[in-house]
Amino acid sequence: MRLSWDNRWIVPGLLLLVIVAIGLILPSSYYYRVGALVLISALAVVGLNLLLGYAGQVSLGHAGFVGIGAYAVAVLPVHFNVPTPVALLLGAFFSCLVALAIGRPILRLRGHFLAVATLGFGVLVAMVLTNEIRWTGGPDGMTVKRLEILGERIRTPQAWYWIAGFTLVIGITIAQNLLNSPTGRALRALHDSEVAARVAGVDVARMKLTVFAISAVYASVAGSYLALLNGHITPDSAGFLHSVELVTMVVLGGMGSLIGSVVGAAVLVILPQALTLFHEYEHLMLGVFIILIMVFLRDGIVPTLLQRLGRKP
Amino acid sequence: MLSEFLQFMMSGLTVGAVYALVALGFTIIYNASDVVNFSQGEFVMLGGMVTVFGTAAGLPLPLAALAAILVAIAVGLLLHRLAIEPARGASPVVLIIITIGGAFVIRGVAQIVFDKQLHRLPGFSGEAPINFLGASILPQTFWVIGGAAVIVLLVTLFFERTMIGKAVLATASNRLAAKLVGINTAMIMALSFALSAAIGAIAGLLVTPITLTSYDVGTMLALKGFAAVVLGGLGSPAGAVAGGLILGLCEAFSAGYLSSTYKDAVAFLVMIGTLLVLPNGLFGTASAERV
Amino acid sequence: MALLAASGIGISFGGVRAVDDVSFSVNAGEIFSVIGPNGAGKTTLFNLVSGLYAADAGNISLNGESVTGLPPENLAAKGLSRTFQNLQIFFRMTAIENVMLGRHVHENKSVFRHLLGLPSTGRQNRETRDYAMELLRRQKLEAIADQPAGSLPYGVLKRLEIARALACEPKVLLLDEPAAGCNATETAEIDHLIVEVANTGVGVVLVEHDMKLVMAISHRVYVMAQGRMLMEGKPAEVANDPRVIEAYLGTDIQGGEAAHA
Repeated sequence: MRLSWDNRWIVPGLLLLVIVAIGLILPSSYYYRVGALVLISALAVVGLNLLLGYAGQVSLGHAGFVGIGAYAVAVLPVHFNVPTPVALLLGAFFSCLVALAIGRPILRLRGHFLAVATLGFGVLVAMVLTNEIRWTGGPDGMTVKRLEILGERIRTPQAWYWIAGFTLVIGITIAQNLLNSPTGRALRALHDSEVAARVAGVDVARMKLTVFAISAVYASVAGSYLALLNGHITPDSAGFLHSVELVTMVVLGGMGSLIGSVVGAAVLVILPQALTLFHEYEHLMLGVFIILIMVFLRDGIVPTLLQRLGRKP
Repeated sequence: MLSEFLQFMMSGLTVGAVYALVALGFTIIYNASDVVNFSQGEFVMLGGMVTVFGTAAGLPLPLAALAAILVAIAVGLLLHRLAIEPARGASPVVLIIITIGGAFVIRGVAQIVFDKQLHRLPGFSGEAPINFLGASILPQTFWVIGGAAVIVLLVTLFFERTMIGKAVLATASNRLAAKLVGINTAMIMALSFALSAAIGAIAGLLVTPITLTSYDVGTMLALKGFAAVVLGGLGSPAGAVAGGLILGLCEAFSAGYLSSTYKDAVAFLVMIGTLLVLPNGLFGTASAERV
Repeated sequence: MALLAASGIGISFGGVRAVDDVSFSVNAGEIFSVIGPNGAGKTTLFNLVSGLYAADAGNISLNGESVTGLPPENLAAKGLSRTFQNLQIFFRMTAIENVMLGRHVHENKSVFRHLLGLPSTGRQNRETRDYAMELLRRQKLEAIADQPAGSLPYGVLKRLEIARALACEPKVLLLDEPAAGCNATETAEIDHLIVEVANTGVGVVLVEHDMKLVMAISHRVYVMAQGRMLMEGKPAEVANDPRVIEAYLGTDIQGGEAAHA
């Protein structure tokens, strides 16, 4: 990894430049909306990458945390008069708690079992969101009260583009900090050999739990932004399809590559917009995509590119 | 009271029989190739959907059913050839993701070729409910449970009495050794996919008169089938069947006596509970990492 | 007081008693070798002592403190470190990162500080890297420091694992066949390294099949067969003992050579 403490500002810095540059030239609201979706997805993907790409723990239910964050900013302001920013923080906090609670038993599992256990979690969250109609509006979802700052309602895609953009830059900076630290090394080590990591003194169980909780917070914030951007939210946001999309973004961009997370999110958000066919044949296209990537481009776009260019990812 | 209990029990055994067959399919593929095949549920869907559209196109039921089984086998072989084979040796995570991709492709194609509606088939021996100790049971229930029992018996005989069956067991036990004694392991693995697909398809067409079918029933079935496998113990065919039946009964009883809203959650709760309390399931064996 | 002491430890797998009623002690600065034919239970013994398996009988103590049943991560903090028979290298990390990981028990572990990227983390990274680089230099491996471990040859990885084990500044070091698969030069270097390490006061427990190495550097030798102790003594005593020769006969010619050495 080219990661190093001294050049850890390069990636966030470049990202900021790209976000600002693109943000200044986008022609219409539609483009800002797509951009905002890319940035919001990228935020969730960065968190998932820490868990899946760096620490090697598969989670097929990560959209569950997205759903928690999304419904936190929907339910709390509407039913309990909680101010939206507080609701967002509470959502993130709750996601963190849930991750710590279910993570403790579940992360003891490996491979298929871990995958299916996390999948079960995601499906359960989606089920609760669908069934508790009184609070959540059921399968059709509910309206989300817009974020208000100093009396101004933040509802334009442009505003959310910038908010999501800056949040992503901060999110990537934090992720980089983590990776360039003793904790980061411990996470990467446990991916390669849990036994050796334990023998060297790494509390593997605790590390897995930590990264699971961190990735849950990223997903939760992304979910909250998604709900606030759209003004509406449905249980699909926590569904299996969404979890699979997130994992696909991680793998497509490159497991263990933060830039890859952004690239993966960009491709999987923009492509369906570009091919309007996609919406009709969502499952089919996603499935074909997954198989093609897994068979031909298993390392992901960014690492493969870097390898071709002769440098280490 | 008793009639209510029987009602739930029969309903539980019926849906449990389907889960058992899905779980059996999972186990056969897992044993032969270490792959947990998330597309398993889609074979059940194909069994139902192809039969429905076959009969709608004018085929007599038995022919439509046969067509469904053949289609499922073909899809299973394609899946193995195009998606699993090229990724041999990949980590479990990658393989899981590939089979999920496969499931999505199958579902996506089904959506295009068929439609998004719910469909049903007429009961094989009529619709008149049979009175069984006060409970009102659909005749199709016996088709499902009976059919599943026959399949389990045939599969057991296959593995224990035929050479090919033993070759599958050998491949499952030690692939290299199997190759060394001349077993064509590639063919065995393809065969296991074909067999699992057939089993899934039969389960699907048997249960469609009761539970209806549509292009997207596959996911839940795969998840519940996997829950059954976890309960029974990964790698154990007897466990798969037992797990499926127990799961079906748990679901039916909790839906009947507790709440039916969260009926689908039962499978996951059972699965997560098993993983935590009895990680190897009822009949599975532990494996240790050699250091 | 012995640095490491085991008394009556044992474990079964299925119906097989892999290790049965084993007792020994290792002192500071001592090189204590465990030998025996394949399947004697040497690696299982290591796994017991290093906390990977839980003994179903007996006690283990480190520096007089009972550590029976403690998991490996706790033992590392108490000064026990080990290498593995089948390399357990972090292949996706660079050579120096592997060694840096060995430093984990001495590093600041506050996740919040790491997330925030405070200067203290930068300092920690630098300190750890410097320490790791010094260990690599001692083994003349500094040139490959920034290469991915997955691209390095087997002999280098064996030495890298030892460097990683040394990074935690252990009081007791368990080496599981450190010279396996190494050529004569590499074996001599490892030989030299082990003696150096023992001279700093570390208690070294060595499992090895290379009898020349074992006889040359060990202070005491412990012979295992079928999970039990066969005998224990100075290298020369052990090499000439008929029971030991018999245990090895037909499986290890080197044992026969050592007997006549």
